[in-house]
Amino acid sequence: MSSPSIAVADPEGPTAPRKKRRGSGGGNLGRYVITRLLLIIPTVFILVTMVFLLMRLIGDPITAALGGRLSADQLQERIAAAGYDRPLIVQYVEYIGQIFTGNFGSTISDGRPVTEILITYGGATLELAVYALIVAFILGIPLGMISAYFRDKWPDAVLRVTAILWYATPVFFSALLFKLVFAVWLKWLPVAGRASTRTELDIQFLPSPTGFHLIDAFQTGNSNNVSDVLSHAVLPGLALGLLTAGVFLRLVRTNVIGTLSAQYVDAARSRGVSEIRLVTRHAYKPALIPIITVMGMQIALLLGGAVLTETVFEWKGLGFMLVQYLSARDYVAVQGIVMLLAVIVAVTNFIVDVIAALIDPRVRY
Amino acid sequence: MSVETTSVASPSRPSLWKRLPVIHQLRQSVGLQRGMLVAGLILTGIFVLAAIFAPLIAPFGYGQLRDENGTFGAQQPPSAEHLLGTTVGGYDVLSRVIWGSQTAMLVILIAVVLSIFAGVFLGLFSGYLGGWVDRVLVVVCDAIYAFPSLLLAIVMSIVISGGQSSLFGGILAAAISITVVFIPQYFRVIRAETVRIKAEAFVESAKVLGSSSFRIMFRHVLRNATRTLPLIFTLNASEAILTLAGLGFLGFGIEPTSAAEWGYDLNKSISDVTSGIWWTSVFPGLAIVMVVLGVTLIGESMNDLADPRLRTRRRADGAPAALATSTVVPGGSLDSVADLDTASVFKSGEALS
Repeated sequence: MSSPSIAVADPEGPTAPRKKRRGSGGGNLGRYVITRLLLIIPTVFILVTMVFLLMRLIGDPITAALGGRLSADQLQERIAAAGYDRPLIVQYVEYIGQIFTGNFGSTISDGRPVTEILITYGGATLELAVYALIVAFILGIPLGMISAYFRDKWPDAVLRVTAILWYATPVFFSALLFKLVFAVWLKWLPVAGRASTRTELDIQFLPSPTGFHLIDAFQTGNSNNVSDVLSHAVLPGLALGLLTAGVFLRLVRTNVIGTLSAQYVDAARSRGVSEIRLVTRHAYKPALIPIITVMGMQIALLLGGAVLTETVFEWKGLGFMLVQYLSARDYVAVQGIVMLLAVIVAVTNFIVDVIAALIDPRVRY
Repeated sequence: MSVETTSVASPSRPSLWKRLPVIHQLRQSVGLQRGMLVAGLILTGIFVLAAIFAPLIAPFGYGQLRDENGTFGAQQPPSAEHLLGTTVGGYDVLSRVIWGSQTAMLVILIAVVLSIFAGVFLGLFSGYLGGWVDRVLVVVCDAIYAFPSLLLAIVMSIVISGGQSSLFGGILAAAISITVVFIPQYFRVIRAETVRIKAEAFVESAKVLGSSSFRIMFRHVLRNATRTLPLIFTLNASEAILTLAGLGFLGFGIEPTSAAEWGYDLNKSISDVTSGIWWTSVFPGLAIVMVVLGVTLIGESMNDLADPRLRTRRRADGAPAALATSTVVPGGSLDSVADLDTASVFKSGEALS
């Protein structure tokens, strides 16, 4: 990837959008960002309300989690103690108030504070998502440019089919296949988990663990721990990353083809700009807006995929815990995890919109 | 107005058969694009046929555990009697793979049709008319969109079917969950395109000519905004399968006694994989990949063919007249979007003369 800021300053680059931006005034962008930032609040509010109502539609969480295991009297007692027998609106207002103080309640099945679960396991999911994004960027963007440049020739054909295959394979199936081939048959990589027991123990005794196993492994100062963590990360990262890489490749290809045929690209070529520079700067930069917008959309896909990947590899992150709590019908925990993931996506969408507005003034309204 | 309509429609229109969506593209395509389209059509065709004729093709029922020779036995490797082996639950893998296509097709049809109608119209109105309705819709759709689709599908299917899973309840729960997930996608894309196209010169010239908002929306904006629809449509059809499989994989799908579902079978095969038993996971997984691949190939080629910038053109000597007419209406203005606004002004002027 080339740095976009250089391309803007480049006199040969597409200058038309830049002039327009100056004409429309800088205050416009500031207002757009603030409007968009304020719009996150209702977004999160709607999400919280929606999850709350949906989860209460099926009854109170205590009956769902413990029904059948406790007698009717015991159930009533616990429901009354937790306040689930009050009117829904009272519970709702109380819940919103609690969220503002960072209190998501305690799980029913094992009585842990939800906030603690989010902090403990959130890091693992984030780590997996970062690995996957690295794979996706390294593979998706350059291959997409190559595919666009060799449009309809054999490299394009091969790359396109590859991209579709990556995308068409459900992440849990590619995860299972990787596991079967590289972990069970070839025995190159570990079957499951984030690290072997030895490394996990080392990390546990760290004074200030970050939740990111790779950083923690570096903190232990033991190179065996680092390589152990990395070897555990390869298969999950690859499984989740290939899915996203396929989407990125296709996206970059379509949009770069669109801009490659533009007249300013011909003009640049006639001035003797190198072919590589044509693709990576002149054609790639104007294609960035749709690319960035759709990439932002992929965060939701990535997090959904993380839930499945974590299940296959017993990667103890939010997705893994979500499935555990779902099967225990512990909806307080489910509510907390779902909410956190949803808020992450809302914030990502905001960042993506701002970046798109920075690049193209027409997006601002 | 009438002048514009006649001049567009007049040059000898090809027969209805040739203008049907897929047939038209098939005739229009050349080389690699045609190869991809044909491959996609074949894969999708096999899938549809398997779904329709599942009762005839499948050697056993999806919930069948025994025949006249006794029970099938669990985790049997592929053999003459069970071509693809049996699962850990003792079902025939081949039969469940075939029956699974029926479940998948039902879910896609219900989900995609429901969401496309809602999403496209909301996006068009919201994007073109703007104002506070637009803001509110964007916020609500953003909120729903912010939900990772699988999580929303899980929540919805808990709510709809209460976790239990008859064939119909399971399919409907999956389909509605997927619909809720996809409406914002259509909405966002169509709205974004509408906002962009609204600023183009040909919309302004239509306004100057006194076209009503309704006419501009459906005639000028919608036609240009739908360029991305085939791609999203097939992307969603494939995502619908993936979501259904994901639900099944997490144990929120349909029980093996009420229908065959690929995701469920894959979930049951996780432990098989660790002990090296491959046939229980590979075949249902491949079935998913093939269907998604087929649908996506069609979508990709349709997307390319609808966009003159992406279409591989036929050589000039062989170019049929049908191609020329089709580029003037939806494609002409798109070319101008890419290059210069003056081109579209010129073209609309041309159409009026």
